[in-house]
Amino acid sequence: MKKPIRVLIAKPGLDGHDRGAIVVAHALRDAGFEVIYTGIRQTPEQIAATAVQEDVRAVGLSCLSGAHLRLFPRVVEILREKGAGDILVFGGGIVPEEDIPRLKEAGIAAVFGPGTMTAEIIDYLRRSIT
Amino acid sequence: MGLAAAIANGDARAASRLLSWIEDGDRRAAAELKELYRLPAPSSVLGLTGPPGAGKSTIADALVGRYRARGERVGVLAVDPSSPISGGAVLGDRIRMQRHATDGGVFIRSMASRSWPGGLSRAAADAVRVLAAHGCRTVIVETVGTGQGEVDVTRIADTVVLVCTPAAGDKIQAIKAGVLEIADIVALNKDDLPDADVAARSIETAFRMRPPGGWRVPLVRTRARDGEGIGGLASAIERHGRFIAGGGILGRKRLANAAHHLRSIVRERLLEKIAARLPDDREMERRAARLLDGSIDPYSLAEEIIESL
Ligand SMILES: Nc1nc2c(ncn2[C@@H]2O[C@H](COP(=O)(O)OP(=O)(O)OP(=O)(O)O)[C@@H](O)[C@H]2O)c(=O)[nH]1
Ligand SMILES: [Mg+2]
Repeated sequence: MKKPIRVLIAKPGLDGHDRGAIVVAHALRDAGFEVIYTGIRQTPEQIAATAVQEDVRAVGLSCLSGAHLRLFPRVVEILREKGAGDILVFGGGIVPEEDIPRLKEAGIAAVFGPGTMTAEIIDYLRRSIT
Repeated sequence: MGLAAAIANGDARAASRLLSWIEDGDRRAAAELKELYRLPAPSSVLGLTGPPGAGKSTIADALVGRYRARGERVGVLAVDPSSPISGGAVLGDRIRMQRHATDGGVFIRSMASRSWPGGLSRAAADAVRVLAAHGCRTVIVETVGTGQGEVDVTRIADTVVLVCTPAAGDKIQAIKAGVLEIADIVALNKDDLPDADVAARSIETAFRMRPPGGWRVPLVRTRARDGEGIGGLASAIERHGRFIAGGGILGRKRLANAAHHLRSIVRERLLEKIAARLPDDREMERRAARLLDGSIDPYSLAEEIIESL
């Protein structure tokens, strides 16, 4: 039996725009992933606790409010505190190019800017999760 | 430490890992489950079923809130269908329940229906025991009632709440056919919508025609999004719990479900065992050669092979 990869798609921050997150969630489903989607305005604490209960292999964070520099690293930090630092964290939304190095330093494995094709994200996940 | 021991110690990550092993049909799950089944079952397993979007998750969220107010640990198992084409799924039930995400007394798990060999009920029954071992005395199981799902939920739940809405007015006819039989309680949610009274009357009528079994299925009207009617639903659930606990109904129900679960494990193991002994593709072809010249028919040949296993 084929074992689908479980991924959490979460929206930290106060913006209410979940179009992008939902497009990614559906694309992943169509590629055979099981996507847990939790809706808008999630705190890093909620996201990390959800990732643990759902035993996902990856967490995709989408933030359009500009608070990614604070919120994305915080998710990684809490996951590590929970002994779940092995869960891959990637991000997307409106993230300026110059912020990417700082995010990567903080443990965000990959950042996908606006205009990223969903196929790129799918490829990335298939390559990174074995 | 094995997963079972870690779960009994309150390790959430261990619980979620074992849930994944169960979902994946991972061989390592059995050893852990052998230990977990020595721990008590939950005191109450509540099934929530009904058409897509009826408000099952919103109701689950509200009930979790009530149980938490009494200090009880609660588990939620939210099952959504897998895409038959890709095998993937979007599991969105948590959207309605995220206020409980950081509450250590609540464990929520989304499950895709996939296509388990033993059906939904085998994996879900095992998952319920993982939540019980994690300390959840009450476990809520949400399934979409589209066909297979409803039947399965009776195999794990002590009490089944059928959630429907006024909008489903024309569907009530369809509901009548199968789903009504499995309902212990009907929640008419979205009571704020027009035609709620009409829907309520038609549900009442449908249940009047039900043969008397000692339990009169109550209809509870709810507005889950506003938290209204949840108290009434919770007390109907408690009343049903008391009803089945008396008169040995709960015991008989759990025995029948345990037997069903046992049968699906035995069947699954037998199939695995037999599959391993079947001739491989090459050998099958070698034997099938006799079919082409007409010297034997496939049914007789199949019987020969089965005899030789
Ligand atoms: N008008 C109205 N809407 C409600 C009520 N309760 C829930 N809803 C809304 O109905 C929609 C579906 O609610 P859910 O709780 O997700 O329904 P569900 O049955 O779990 O849905 P699926 O799991 O997708 O089958 C949401 O937008 C809710 O806010 C209610 O009492 N009245
Ligand atoms: Mg739901």
